[in-house]
Amino acid sequence: MATTELRIDDAAARSAETDRMVINMGPSHPATHGVLRLLIELDGEVITKAVPDIGYLHRGDEKIAENMTYTQFIPYTDRLDYLAPLANNVAYALAVEKLLKIHDQLPERCQYIRVMCCELARISSHLVGLGALAMDTGAITVFMYCFTQRETIYNLIEALTGARFTTSYTRVGGLSRDMPDGWLNEVKKFLPECRKAMSEIDTLLTRNRIFIDRTRDIGVITAYDAVEYGLTGPNLRGSGVEFDLRKMHPYLCYDRLEFDIPVGQEGDCYDRYLVRFHEILESCKILEQCIAKMPGGPVNVGDKKIVLPKKEEVLTKMEELIHQFILVTEGINVPPGEAYFEAENPKGQLGFYICSKGGGVPHRLKIRAPSFCNLSILPHVMPGNMLSDTVAILGSLDFVMGECDR
Amino acid sequence: MAVDDSLKSELQKAGVFVTTLEWIYNRSRRDSIWPLQFGLACCAIEMIATACSRFDLARFGAEVFRPSPRQADLIIVSGTVTKKMAPQVVRLYNQMPEPKYVITMGACSISGGPFKQGYNVLKGIDRYIPVDVHIPGCPPRPEALLNAIMYLQRKIDRQTTLTGSEKPRWYDQNDTAEWPVPEFGAHDLVPPYNPQVWKPERIERGVGQQEAKH
Repeated sequence: MATTELRIDDAAARSAETDRMVINMGPSHPATHGVLRLLIELDGEVITKAVPDIGYLHRGDEKIAENMTYTQFIPYTDRLDYLAPLANNVAYALAVEKLLKIHDQLPERCQYIRVMCCELARISSHLVGLGALAMDTGAITVFMYCFTQRETIYNLIEALTGARFTTSYTRVGGLSRDMPDGWLNEVKKFLPECRKAMSEIDTLLTRNRIFIDRTRDIGVITAYDAVEYGLTGPNLRGSGVEFDLRKMHPYLCYDRLEFDIPVGQEGDCYDRYLVRFHEILESCKILEQCIAKMPGGPVNVGDKKIVLPKKEEVLTKMEELIHQFILVTEGINVPPGEAYFEAENPKGQLGFYICSKGGGVPHRLKIRAPSFCNLSILPHVMPGNMLSDTVAILGSLDFVMGECDR
Repeated sequence: MAVDDSLKSELQKAGVFVTTLEWIYNRSRRDSIWPLQFGLACCAIEMIATACSRFDLARFGAEVFRPSPRQADLIIVSGTVTKKMAPQVVRLYNQMPEPKYVITMGACSISGGPFKQGYNVLKGIDRYIPVDVHIPGCPPRPEALLNAIMYLQRKIDRQTTLTGSEKPRWYDQNDTAEWPVPEFGAHDLVPPYNPQVWKPERIERGVGQQEAKH
């Protein structure tokens, strides 16, 4: 690939030959948001070529998945897009459920709680996205404001799942547990706070001369390019393509909820910022509806061959004991077959392709990582921009290397 | 100490404070640990959370995250170190000026953590660089990182910096402070560990066992 053309080793020779300079950015660079490495060829201060070098966080998730049961892999999905672990959990659980053909039997309450998880994750992920973009373009205060809100979300998530960060909340066929008492009220209290903080961020950034100069008409991705390169999520919608899986192929209870899809016009960094900003407000709207509509009832499907039985039943009844034993030792018995499921995650469409040959362990598990596809446009979008725009473009693409490298 | 306590308090009344050079040295060093702005994976987000308003790392004087290793005292290895990344981590560590400290944050950087079975994951950064504080957790909570910083401060307090047998390594003239950077070999990193810092336990075969085998 292009990496062979552009190498840092012969940068000196190359610059003597072509009068252009090759510089290296990353893998340890404050603006690369993780361990992305970029090789950039410069003509003066204008970028003529950019080659991303990924794989510095390749942990082999897909291979690890082949050696464990479906339930055991849930914690690994937390660590894919580690800015929105809850949304990954939901996407993975839905993929396995699709393979088990129980995705339309999920109890209402489970669906609503899962949607709330997804939207909380979306807010928290976009807050970091906005904050990081603002910080890279010189507004460090916004980052602090964003993180303060994120800490409130961490508190909510901790009350819900028991962990701040690595939640592992969903199970195949349901959730690890129901909501704690009073949790909905806590979320209700959070929403106006979040809106207030957003309006503050709005006043700090949206009409800020410096921010606009740094982001408007920078890193323009046309709608055609965005589709061609397989961009998804806010990066696609920033380019003016109205595509959101929550609307186009609704899963869970998204078809019963009212929300809009923010879409950009130009496809520049500023549009991507605006899309994220408005998606947070839309997520607040979805959360409000979920709180109002939250149904009662169980959170897990009734099938005892999929969901662990209650502990007191396990200790008193023979059949439940057998189910528990089989589920824990062998895992959920999944029929042979294939399933692919995509969910609209904060970063884009996160897809899980699972190939099963029967039994409790996946034969192959492929992860379609949105950040990976979104980064593929870098060599196309970077040339022609100034070197100092690199940070704005990277910040506005809002990728996570854990997911990109898997 | 050369100055006894009564003389010390007499001098203090006159506005003269007597202390050791080491005390001042350690004191000023412990309260201004500048970490390297360097995140690898999930733990980095908790590291950022620690630096932000709620947990406020600034209370411990360690909020000045420097993007350049040349200006940093502490490297917080926050996240999974893959075999592709390990040489860069060691190189960053080499580029930091002495005295320098290492905190491994999270299970991954201690031992590979949940990804230990991954073919591309280094089973602990302590195979290549000396680690001062390990923080378990996946990821550790911000409180744990604060605790680690406090442990590190206590460690710095105990340093007898200028003389004595406990003298840190950077006062040793023969110490080059260059840690060998591993290379990305065909199957694994070469060398697989730095014997200076990591001594794996060896199972000594008894003579009796060998005889039984034959």
